[in-house]
Amino acid sequence: MIVMENNSSVQSKLYTRKVPILWWMHRWVDIRFITRELTSIFVATYAVIFLFYIRSVSQGAEAFAEFSEKLSSPLLIGFHVFALAALLYHSITWFNLAPKAMVIKIGETKIPGLLIALMNYAGWIFISIVIGWLILNS
Amino acid sequence: MTDSIKLEVSRYRPEQESEPVFQSYEVPLRKDWVILDALNYIKDYVDGTLSFRWSCRMGVCGSCGMMVNGTPVLTCATFLEKFAPGPIRVEPLANFPVSRDLIIEMSDFMNKLKSVKPWIIRKEEKPVEEGEYLQTPSQLDDYKQYSMCINCMLCYSACPVYGLEPAFTGPAAIALAQRYNLDNRDKGQSQRMEALSTDEGIWQCTFVGECSAVCPKSVDPAGAIQRYKVAATEDWWKSVLMPWGKGK
Repeated sequence: MIVMENNSSVQSKLYTRKVPILWWMHRWVDIRFITRELTSIFVATYAVIFLFYIRSVSQGAEAFAEFSEKLSSPLLIGFHVFALAALLYHSITWFNLAPKAMVIKIGETKIPGLLIALMNYAGWIFISIVIGWLILNS
Repeated sequence: MTDSIKLEVSRYRPEQESEPVFQSYEVPLRKDWVILDALNYIKDYVDGTLSFRWSCRMGVCGSCGMMVNGTPVLTCATFLEKFAPGPIRVEPLANFPVSRDLIIEMSDFMNKLKSVKPWIIRKEEKPVEEGEYLQTPSQLDDYKQYSMCINCMLCYSACPVYGLEPAFTGPAAIALAQRYNLDNRDKGQSQRMEALSTDEGIWQCTFVGECSAVCPKSVDPAGAIQRYKVAATEDWWKSVLMPWGKGK
């Protein structure tokens, strides 16, 4: 039987490499991934702004008009355009990945990945139309 | 076309270096040579002190994984000519401690592999006289892809989450857990779920997808992890909505 002697001294000589903070800067695939992760900052910021907007409704017509005025500043319009782009990028890349997570079988037949992605897109578009209709008709 | 190519090989000899250094070797550039052939040429004819792992030379044993120009590959399946005119940078697999030269220390992976119980768990075995556990081609197809894993650890090297959070169970171990979960003979899903539906398990994965991109056997560990997340979510909802259910 082989016994590994003095294992602790072997362990202590191991060299551990550190991951540099900018590890993601070297390859396009990593940049794309980090970009997808960073979109969450814009989505979260948008959600916070939206919550304050809703709060202004509860504070009366004047507060609501004041907040609406602030939102129409070029800076905030620019932010919202950027947040929309970030949200679309996140959503599209997410729906494209959906078939990886959802493997659905009907009987012995697997539903093709493309169909699963398309069903997700269809659901997304349908919910968006319903929300849009509710807002525009209220 | 040149008839030789330069390899810049990472050397780490703990008795003489405190951190790895690169050493250059000139090797013949032959059409039918892979990186592993070049390393064996160095070992046999240039510098016998170079250390690296290899075994089958045919993409089955999973021993010869290394970083080649920054990408984790099986060196037995990566041709030299692809990188001409060179130089080619060869390093030990990323995200693992280096033991010597191109050899990494893999205990962490082995422990994680064991933690997911990668074997068939039965509640009760049927008597041998009753014969085999038969499967239909469709039942085999459910897990076959994940059973192709050769434990080469390229996916761990490609995974930035594992690099940044070494506690992460990691792609291959989770894919192998799925290999058994999806096997209709196995009854160990709930035991594996306990080990994997944790912060260090499936939920640490942020779906970078590189594990699947580098997998030499098209196992698609990223897909396995996402499927596991769906299953864990279903499990959680069931436990909330139907607490009287059989649970574990």
